[in-house]
Amino acid sequence: MRAPLSWVREYADLPAAADAADVAARLTARGLKLESLEAPGSDIVGPLVVGRVLGYDTEQHSNGKTVRWVAVDVGKQRGIVCGATNFAVGDLVPVALPGSVLPGGFAISARTAYGHLSDGMICSPRELGLGDDSAGVLVLEPGSAAPGSDAVKLLGLRDDVLELEITPDRGYALSLRGVAREAAGAYRVDFRDPAQVRLSEPVGAAYPVRVHDCEGCPRFVTRVVTGLDATASTPGWMARRVQLAGMRPISLVVDVTNYVMLELGQPIHAYDRALLSGAIDVRRARPGEPLRTLDGVARVLDAEDLVISDERGAIGLAGVMGGEPTEISAGTREVVIEAANFDPVSVGRTARRHRLGSEASRRFERGVDPQLVRVAVQRVADLLVAHGHGRLEPGETDLGKVEAPETIVMAADLPGSLRGHPIETRATVAALREVGCEVRAQADLAVTPPSWRPDLRDPYDLVEEVLRIIGYDTVPSVLPRAPAGGGLTKSQRLRRRVGYALAGAGLTEVVAYPFVGPADWGGLGLARDDERRRCVRLANPPSQERPMLTTTLAPLLLDVTARNVGRGQASLGLSLVAAVFEPGPDRRPPPPVLPVDVAPSAEEMAALDAGLPNQPRHLAVALCGDREPPGWWGPARPACWADAVAIVVQVARTVGVEVAVGSGAVPPWHPGRGARILLGDVCLGHAGELHPSVCRSWGVPPRTCYAEVDLDALIAAAPTTAAAPVLSAMPVAKEDVALVVGDDVPAAAVAEALRRGAGDLLESLRLFDVYTGPPVPPGYRSLAFALRLRAADRTLTEPEARAVREAAVRAAAAATGARLRD
Amino acid sequence: MSGPNTDYDPVEVASLGADEVARVRAAALDAAADADTLEEWQQARLEHAGDRSPLARANAEIGALPPQARKAAGSRVGAARKEVAAAFAARRAELEGEAEARLLLDEAVDVTLPYDRDRGGARHPLTTLQDRIADVFVAMGWEVAEGPEVEAEWLNFDALNLGPDHPARSMQDTFFVEPADAHLVLRTHTSPVQVRSLLGRELPVYVICPGRVFRTDELDATHTPVFHQVEGLAVDRGLTMAHLKGTLDHFAAAMFGAGTTTRFRPSYFPFTEPSAEVDLRCFACRGQPPALAACRTCKGEGWVEWGGCGVVNPRVLVACGVDPEAHTGFAFGMGIDRTLLFRHGVADMRDLVEGDVRFTAAFGLEV
Repeated sequence: MRAPLSWVREYADLPAAADAADVAARLTARGLKLESLEAPGSDIVGPLVVGRVLGYDTEQHSNGKTVRWVAVDVGKQRGIVCGATNFAVGDLVPVALPGSVLPGGFAISARTAYGHLSDGMICSPRELGLGDDSAGVLVLEPGSAAPGSDAVKLLGLRDDVLELEITPDRGYALSLRGVAREAAGAYRVDFRDPAQVRLSEPVGAAYPVRVHDCEGCPRFVTRVVTGLDATASTPGWMARRVQLAGMRPISLVVDVTNYVMLELGQPIHAYDRALLSGAIDVRRARPGEPLRTLDGVARVLDAEDLVISDERGAIGLAGVMGGEPTEISAGTREVVIEAANFDPVSVGRTARRHRLGSEASRRFERGVDPQLVRVAVQRVADLLVAHGHGRLEPGETDLGKVEAPETIVMAADLPGSLRGHPIETRATVAALREVGCEVRAQADLAVTPPSWRPDLRDPYDLVEEVLRIIGYDTVPSVLPRAPAGGGLTKSQRLRRRVGYALAGAGLTEVVAYPFVGPADWGGLGLARDDERRRCVRLANPPSQERPMLTTTLAPLLLDVTARNVGRGQASLGLSLVAAVFEPGPDRRPPPPVLPVDVAPSAEEMAALDAGLPNQPRHLAVALCGDREPPGWWGPARPACWADAVAIVVQVARTVGVEVAVGSGAVPPWHPGRGARILLGDVCLGHAGELHPSVCRSWGVPPRTCYAEVDLDALIAAAPTTAAAPVLSAMPVAKEDVALVVGDDVPAAAVAEALRRGAGDLLESLRLFDVYTGPPVPPGYRSLAFALRLRAADRTLTEPEARAVREAAVRAAAAATGARLRD
Repeated sequence: MSGPNTDYDPVEVASLGADEVARVRAAALDAAADADTLEEWQQARLEHAGDRSPLARANAEIGALPPQARKAAGSRVGAARKEVAAAFAARRAELEGEAEARLLLDEAVDVTLPYDRDRGGARHPLTTLQDRIADVFVAMGWEVAEGPEVEAEWLNFDALNLGPDHPARSMQDTFFVEPADAHLVLRTHTSPVQVRSLLGRELPVYVICPGRVFRTDELDATHTPVFHQVEGLAVDRGLTMAHLKGTLDHFAAAMFGAGTTTRFRPSYFPFTEPSAEVDLRCFACRGQPPALAACRTCKGEGWVEWGGCGVVNPRVLVACGVDPEAHTGFAFGMGIDRTLLFRHGVADMRDLVEGDVRFTAAFGLEV
């Protein structure tokens, strides 16, 4: 809401010393937040005066231009060259005299033009900052001022405009009436309500109206003005106010309806009576009914849209925008003025449905004072009579009735007890009366809100008003004492550990949006029937290319990797922890429709949760370039599949889980260089080198490595209480074995078999060498393992140790075909 | 020698004479001192303190002396041998020390060589900041609650007094999930976690709900469709706006330094009544001239907008099964991205979301 301060002052006796910044600060403290403060015309320097055209010569010049050499009376006579032709002898015009500066720093001096010394400039509206009109000079109303008088004041060129952010509950503040009421309250000065208008006593009806939907339109008032000169110009002061308030002056009828809307907050519409055929109907639209609205858009209406119509069809979207069929034109002689109440919900839906937010819909959605309809119509009529030479017909059509606001009973001490410091009942009552409530003080307070405050429905609403008027700055600061809490949950604690472990592994954490599209699945090489292609889909995604929520972090982290590579980072280690979204079954029963006046039952909450996709947090890691750079210590060590695996194993250890690594790659991994991360039989994720085609698709370096695991599942597997080990003081027996196996046998399978065969005496097993080449035959490799054996209660004898070793080798031979290397 | 020598002829043993012992002792001590290397030392020790050294031989001859002469000779030779052994040991220690010193000198390296073999990792500042916020509240006994990002409409809107026709529910603000009859959205705030907390926990409830939220904004320097919030909720007997103010003052001081205070301005949120915007006393200029006028953090206003808050609307308590006659609550919500932006002077929101490693790396492990 843009409120010119001069207009506010018309209704509120603000102290002269209160400047715009001070008024703005006080309004902000009351909940009308200052967005910006403008001071149009503050850069104007006089003398800018009113001049009377005494006469002129029209001169044709060799450059093709026609100019007038004008004699102007500005208290004394001056000669001015002027390019405009829209004025006549005797007209009053604004004249910028030499030495003056116009808006935008345009300095005026006496200068020679077309052979004359032009002693100033006759100004167009645009040059004065009065809008975009630069077609001609501004011609003032005859008799509005004496030649030589100050035009800055006359034209209202200097003002302060407060742009205020109005919250949705304060519809009344979308008017000068509302803003001035708050300003008057803030300074404790008198407020003159512009809605206090004398209503002329109507005789008979004005124009036939039938309201078919009283819920959508509880009240509808019309009056008729005839004999209008629609071409009469809008008074300068009114046009200036409309312009400062952020609307464009257009024509007298439009300007007057806008002016009264800005003044009172009641949207008003005027119809050209000659273009109406038959009675006005207020009804829901027929499905598909056409209407061309005043913005020139042909619209197809919905059965829920409330419309104003005549015999021929819809002529306006009620409370949103009028239609072209009955638009006011220069030829309009008779107007039907309408002011009505429309259901905020209905107006809001229509405005959103047609993406047509208007000044009217904004106000109706937030609630318009229902008592303003007759006042607003009278105000518009009076102004049209005064400035458009019209005649107000005696009839008035006034349909419907609006319920009076309900009385709210509030405990007198409620505002104080919610503030945290008592408030005297006297102060509470005074505050409520200031906002316009009627208050009857008994044991409790019986409070009837004013008609312009439909937002006040509950005692807590009244508390906000009381505290706002008394001042939010009176709220004391007291730290509450919460009961002892349980600290972070296990999951929260372990996620932090993981975060630090990843950083410790040299990875840089990034964040990423969760949106993906079908092209991403192609890039990852996912098969047509890959489960990961089934996604949660958005109805209104941020981009059509990525309309879904991801099931894997790979496209997101590869995007980030590629972006960093593009910005000159050749070697990267990145981590990302974020949710993925698994849609679950295709068709699910719709969630229960829950009321809000009672809490849902446990069953209802379970049904609500059953409708949600599974949203586990995943951890993803991407590595490219060098894991270790080259340096004086030696050559670089490129990141390899094993780094990706090791990081995941290390992260699992961080949370106390020992995962197994199994073979079996899936896209997007390299078919021979992707590992499964296993917890028992459950696959928690994958790690390894990416498929070369994936690297090409994303433009990341060849051999980029990637790992992704279900972090929630990993953390869920973390032990709650770690068991302490039993330490044996008996000596260790060390046995090494070198086994020759087919090179398609995973080392993990050999290790697993050795472990099984060695039994309980095996303390640890470690692969310490892998060898291929003679004497190991082609197609085979030698795996060397170190076994540490230890008994809890005795020193192992040589034969015992040998027996364990042999049992282990036998098990490996049986499981994997391994044989001892010679 | 004198005295009786009844069993055999007395033998004159010159090497056991005092003069001779003194001589070989002196020679041995000189040799020990003269050994300049461990090899020389080895040689000299063999010669002067070894099994065939004069002193060793003299020692062996003690037995040949008449009994009455043995004691004096033995003590003389013994003292000399002990002295010589000590001298050799001392010299060896010296020589070893010198050798090690030379070795260490040889082994010296340029310790200023940079060893940047391991890359330093970093956590994203949004993560670290969320941890810090959690720590502030956990220290007061609050708990950290979490919930799903794709959320039921009822929890994201209805339960929070945002009825079906509330403008915030339009497609212009909210990402809706298909199909429409599933009534799912990407949560627009972490408030549904507050509702879940009230439904799922015993009273009193003191929780903060940090997390990722979604609105249909275009990414630009100050907006992003995906951002992070922390909301707080306390529901207990007798809670007031004063407790809200106290909590936020403490929070502000913990995040921005002691003495950072907050200011309430009346505002509107469907889920709180009374509602307030909370401003932060600008921690850069403290609202004090002359720094105030040129302050880039608060743009000369002395206050920075931080978030929204208020007393929990009784309608919300009812929808969550809490008796508003017996309990009151307060709630607040701040943008974590926004907090990071002005706390650290981040110039562009895009830096937070694009994942440029240089951005994260600059923050390291702590904000």
